[in-house]
Amino acid sequence: MIDRDHFRVGALRSPFHSRTERLNQFNAWDRWKDYLSARQYEDESLEYFACRNACGVFDLTPMTKHLITGPDALPFLDRVMTRNVTKIKPGRVGYSVWCNESGRVIDDGTIFHLRENVYRLCSQERQLDWLLTSAIGFDVDIVEDTNDVAALAVQGPTSCAVLKKMGLDGIETLKPFGLTYYAFEGTELLVSRTGYTGDLGYELWIDPANAEPLWDQLFAAGRDYGIRPMGGEALDLSRIEAGFLLAGVDFLPADEAIRPDRTRSPFELGLGWLVDLDKPCFTGRRALIEEKQNGSRYNFVKLDIDGNKEADNSFIFTKREKFVGVVTSAMWSPSAKANIALASLEVPYGQPGEEFLAEIYYQRELKWNRVMAPCRVVDKIFFDPPRRRMTPAPDF
Amino acid sequence: MTDANQVVVIGGGHNGLVCAAYLAKAGRTVTLLEAAGTVGGAAVTREFTPGFKVSACAHVLNLLDAEIRSELALDANGLEFSRVSLQTIALADDGNHLSISGAAVSGNGVSEADQSALVEYRRRMERFAQLLSRLHKRPPPRPGVNNSGNLVNLARLGLDLRRLGKTDMREFLRIAGINIYDVLEENFEHPLLKGALSLDGVLGAQLGPRSNNSVLNALYRISGRVSGGQGSLAIPRGGMGAVTSALGVAAERNGVSIRTSSRVKCIQLDGDRVRGVELDNGEQIAAAAIVSNADPKATFFGLLGARHLEAEFVRRIDNIRMRGNAAKLHLALDSLPEFTGLANDQVGERLVIAPDMAYVERAFDHSKYGRYSTEPVFEITIPSIHDDSLASSGQHVLSAVVQYAPYALKEGWDSTRQAFLSQIIDVLARYAPDLRQHIVASELLTPVDIEQEFGITGGHWHHGEYALDQALMLRPVPGAAQYTTPINGLFLCGAGCHPGGGVMGNAGRNAAAVVLGQGRAA
Repeated sequence: MIDRDHFRVGALRSPFHSRTERLNQFNAWDRWKDYLSARQYEDESLEYFACRNACGVFDLTPMTKHLITGPDALPFLDRVMTRNVTKIKPGRVGYSVWCNESGRVIDDGTIFHLRENVYRLCSQERQLDWLLTSAIGFDVDIVEDTNDVAALAVQGPTSCAVLKKMGLDGIETLKPFGLTYYAFEGTELLVSRTGYTGDLGYELWIDPANAEPLWDQLFAAGRDYGIRPMGGEALDLSRIEAGFLLAGVDFLPADEAIRPDRTRSPFELGLGWLVDLDKPCFTGRRALIEEKQNGSRYNFVKLDIDGNKEADNSFIFTKREKFVGVVTSAMWSPSAKANIALASLEVPYGQPGEEFLAEIYYQRELKWNRVMAPCRVVDKIFFDPPRRRMTPAPDF
Repeated sequence: MTDANQVVVIGGGHNGLVCAAYLAKAGRTVTLLEAAGTVGGAAVTREFTPGFKVSACAHVLNLLDAEIRSELALDANGLEFSRVSLQTIALADDGNHLSISGAAVSGNGVSEADQSALVEYRRRMERFAQLLSRLHKRPPPRPGVNNSGNLVNLARLGLDLRRLGKTDMREFLRIAGINIYDVLEENFEHPLLKGALSLDGVLGAQLGPRSNNSVLNALYRISGRVSGGQGSLAIPRGGMGAVTSALGVAAERNGVSIRTSSRVKCIQLDGDRVRGVELDNGEQIAAAAIVSNADPKATFFGLLGARHLEAEFVRRIDNIRMRGNAAKLHLALDSLPEFTGLANDQVGERLVIAPDMAYVERAFDHSKYGRYSTEPVFEITIPSIHDDSLASSGQHVLSAVVQYAPYALKEGWDSTRQAFLSQIIDVLARYAPDLRQHIVASELLTPVDIEQEFGITGGHWHHGEYALDQALMLRPVPGAAQYTTPINGLFLCGAGCHPGGGVMGNAGRNAAAVVLGQGRAA
């Protein structure tokens, strides 16, 4: 439970803080919700490459978590979420978004079906108020237990090998989006094959009292597998390559919007596959049916941009220089060897193969330059290694 | 396959009956399901103790729509009045009463200035009330939705306002949202006059004279025209049940099949569309359209279930302010008590106890903290004076609205009902000292009892406070304010909808028009 006086504390320390603090060479912290969260430990490139070529460990504790229980937990979640939650069986995890009644995305997150009728919902933004509002008329118990669960993301090609070395026997048989339990130091360690990097990877969830031994054993096991702590910046690079959205960056959470037209529907974020209009009722359904009939306003696309100038926040134009949209996230992708971006384009623009110009401003030795870089809409994920889906998971 | 013509109306209150009658008149196959043994809802006459009958909830008719009355031939179907154009007598405990009849006031040394102020006050209020009553006759517009009917409705709203003329329009806009205390202070001197007039702004509402929206409630109260001038009051012969029994006859003559003692357990859905209803006894009745006369909370939470609705809609329904704050007192009297200073021919008028506005406000104060008023305000009628069908000759029934009696009483009503009743009688006895010895039997309905007997959530007669934020296109909530709901084929027709409470019937008539306007497979 969240302490009522939480606001009196400037920033919370994660249960891994004693470990992360020592490794954080430049004392570079961001604020992530109530917590201090490492921006980078040593060098964002090293951390990114550790995640792509060996094993990166990211402290996930500040992620907002809710525990949802009670007889109506499933019908409740099914009414909140755009997707069919019934399909997430016990021991499975599902990605979902949820909308307001205008069919605009409030947030995205993952639903962990921990045990029969016991769910964990992880979200980017705080959602307790929305969940409690949505709970009127349901026999369901909802608590935000962010501070009661310590979590680490262990991501990269050697992540499975590291966990095996740590003693998690049989972890290689865990399927993507599966979860399982291990005994750890007299407590229960939850391991899910999930992540935010688009690679082979796992997330570990444990009682905060056991956070430090978990970190120690993990890093001891990973010594020969290139394990390295990873900060927020490296994680952000990984998620853009994987094409994952970030609330507040790639879309505006609908309940934070002052200008409702700035928000996006799931269709406008390329997440139509998460919308099940055959469900008789979920919040946003009526609006989404109407949108489906009348058409959406935006397409969300992946762009491959010529050159190597990063296209952060670029305006996108047609070849005849008609404005059609903006880049929401961009980077030079070392793994794809491509200049990539996620962008929101006005309908009807954004069909695969369509070509545009990205207006990029960049600086060389304090001189600002502008380039109109040709770019095209691509269909496939920039970085999508087969090991991500392989079961049993390979060692590296 | 459901017959596309088949409509089920849930609840046989006046609005349900009106709606059913119009639907049947237009050729629909209508089944009306009423949980109680008779139709009527909160407009019923019943025996509360052997030999004494009384209007069990609403007791004065002031809003019944004239068009409905003639279109459904209510007079031919048995509606009569035992008394029309009731005066209001503002009781003073020294017997120096005021009598108010529309724009005329006399007694208790009321000044000429007050007399002429009342003429102007009443002129203006009646004009504004007429503006409201024009709005009552059609579904409210739905802002943000562009269709021609909607734009016409919006334009009419503006036009009606402009037609008031510059001075009156400005005055209307100035006072519509404010409190009646300020408005009466501006116009009058006499405390008793102000007290009695202020009562019209707070009757049946969770308001004191100093609360916003009390002017609006006062306007709403005089927005009808029943057998007399604007805002006049009448008592039906045989009590309020006479209105609904005439409506019942009209409905049946138009072909409505009325089934009493048929409590609907739930509304059944097929996806996001209604399929029918299931009764308490397990019987299922298929319907292409269902019109609910129940209040919005009872309809959406009790009959349908929140899980079939989107979260924001549920939150809005949950937030409707509809906690009753008025109790209903019924006294069986072996003969007429003597009210100090009241002439015999005045006892049958509408008697109010609201000596001054501060008294009314103090009475209200208690309710804010979950307590009943120790010095309550009253609206009293003794209908048996005009109507010998209610009690045997020489005997009488007294029917009074008593405020304030909050739904959510701190101690709960079970242990306090007797104490409140005795408090009430004590206050009444100040005005009619021999009252106690005439009482043969008594009944006090608190909002909790009203909730139970009439199935109104919170025991609020109007199915929700009448206020700027719960009126017109905001009544009961946006998304259900045009009698339609988020569920295909489910409609509302009760007082929780525009225009609101009171035995008026317009909600039922407007709802029927909406159901019919949507074609056969509504």
